[in-house]
Amino acid sequence: MSKQNRSSPAVAALLVALLAVVAAGCGSKKSSPGSTKSASASCSKGDLNLVSAGKLTIATDNPAYPPWFGGTPHKPWQVSDPRSGKGYESAVAYAVTMQLGFSKDEVTWKHVPFNNSFAPGPKPFDFDINQVSIARARAKIIDFSDPYYTINQAVVVNKGTPIASATSEAALKPYELGAQLGTTSYQFIKDKIRPSKTPSVFPTNAGAVQALKNKQIDGLVVDLPTAFYVTSVQVPNSKILGQFPAEPGGEKVAMVFAKGNSLRTCVDQALATLKGNGTLKQLQQQWLAKATGAPILK
Amino acid sequence: MAREGDRRPDPEVARRSRLLEGLRLEGEGARGVAIALLSSLVFAVVIVVAVTQSAGWPEVRRTFFDWGDISSSFPDIARAFVLNVKIFLVCEVFILVLALVVAVLRSLPGPVFFPLRALAVIYADLARGVPTILVIALLGFGAPALQLTGVPSSRVFWAGVGLILIYSGYVAEVYRAGIESVHPSQEAAARSLGLSRFQALRRVILPQAIRRVIPPLLNDFIGLQKDTALVGTLGVIEAFNQSQIDSNATFTYGAYLAAAVLFVAITIPLARLTDWLIARDRRRRQAAGGFA
Repeated sequence: MSKQNRSSPAVAALLVALLAVVAAGCGSKKSSPGSTKSASASCSKGDLNLVSAGKLTIATDNPAYPPWFGGTPHKPWQVSDPRSGKGYESAVAYAVTMQLGFSKDEVTWKHVPFNNSFAPGPKPFDFDINQVSIARARAKIIDFSDPYYTINQAVVVNKGTPIASATSEAALKPYELGAQLGTTSYQFIKDKIRPSKTPSVFPTNAGAVQALKNKQIDGLVVDLPTAFYVTSVQVPNSKILGQFPAEPGGEKVAMVFAKGNSLRTCVDQALATLKGNGTLKQLQQQWLAKATGAPILK
Repeated sequence: MAREGDRRPDPEVARRSRLLEGLRLEGEGARGVAIALLSSLVFAVVIVVAVTQSAGWPEVRRTFFDWGDISSSFPDIARAFVLNVKIFLVCEVFILVLALVVAVLRSLPGPVFFPLRALAVIYADLARGVPTILVIALLGFGAPALQLTGVPSSRVFWAGVGLILIYSGYVAEVYRAGIESVHPSQEAAARSLGLSRFQALRRVILPQAIRRVIPPLLNDFIGLQKDTALVGTLGVIEAFNQSQIDSNATFTYGAYLAAAVLFVAITIPLARLTDWLIARDRRRRQAAGGFA
């Protein structure tokens, strides 16, 4: 029974190899390395390395929440409108835009979920501004701008629940705490608070807020400015239990760039100017001032 | 593979080819195995070369295949995976029971039982029609929001309820196919022996029906195992959610790979078991001289 045509397996093997070679040909198209322009390029508007010529494409998640973003929601944006220039991050983005020599209508806002902002491959944005905390591990994959704000973590609880009487970090240990996925708040719970109950991590802000409302978690750990929005708008009858003392050096948020993007040095220059002339401080006063006063949990 | 049909397999070869069921390494002796190995090797080498020569490969390797990321995230993900295992084991028990009830209701004859049949049809349609993730979100966040006393607010509980409801829809259809595959003469014969309708169902129909649908039941069980990852959308830290946490901390995807390995470690043995059961069942029916 093994007397079949001798050539047929060999031919088939050859075909398989050929097929694979064809696949290889398709797979190995080299794309031009557009994002690796040398870092010494000038920062005049025409020389900038942009995804779409003559326009600055800025990314953030949707919904973009106050106080980081403000303005009346307008399609496709929910809750706020990054195009409004209102809210701290929107204002900073436009201030940088002006420094780089763009007008307000030369800016395109793009909805990029947090999880997509660091996906490999060409980035659909020039930079992403979405309260992304600087971390050494992350900086191996993408580039961060210089920081534009230092945040503190805070915990939000329902009024009248047992956790609401806690006054120290240690007193939070017996409770079920939650955070949003991708935030450093979760790391904070795990490494600093070390609660006895497994914490929860929600893929969306909406899920985290709903769980707090439902009392499915006792406390929600978020950055302080977000905590003010949660208590004032999202969860009625909730309060900020307190903020945690700042880490040495603080937790800093920055814009995200494709690794090696030369635009970053220009944005850093713009941020340095804005820091030097007091604009950053003034924008913080304008949008985040009331987001600093909360008792400190020792 | 046109030559398959024009020769009668000898029993030894047929036995071996059954062992390699699904891999389509048909009996050609040692030479056949050698050719298959060589062909696979060439194919693998070319694919590997193609992938590693591509422009984006260095970035993909750094973000997906960093051994440090994979191994450092593995212990936490493995710990979280215990929850997935618990969920699918507990849910499967309830699914097998609830689905059988639904399937039997749907198979009831006569106009009297029309409302029950209709209910069973509506349930199976809804359960299979609504995306699982929606049902889980609806129950996990919605049911506790009612704040009814005595109703648990545990997200794992409600996610489990969601999975049971969804998968019972699928499994009920599998059972029904099994029940309908039993020839009506079987019931007629049972009834003529004096068995009641229920006894005939319990003693004659269901044993045959269920034996026939064990492979598709295992198929749905594998689906359930993977869908336990949806529980993570409620904030519960199971394997997939844990891998997202690790991925977001480092901006790499090695953690996803670690989670995939864990799921595959459970689902692939079960898939092979399913194949084996199908093959065994076919063998038995052929040996019995019956129709396959």
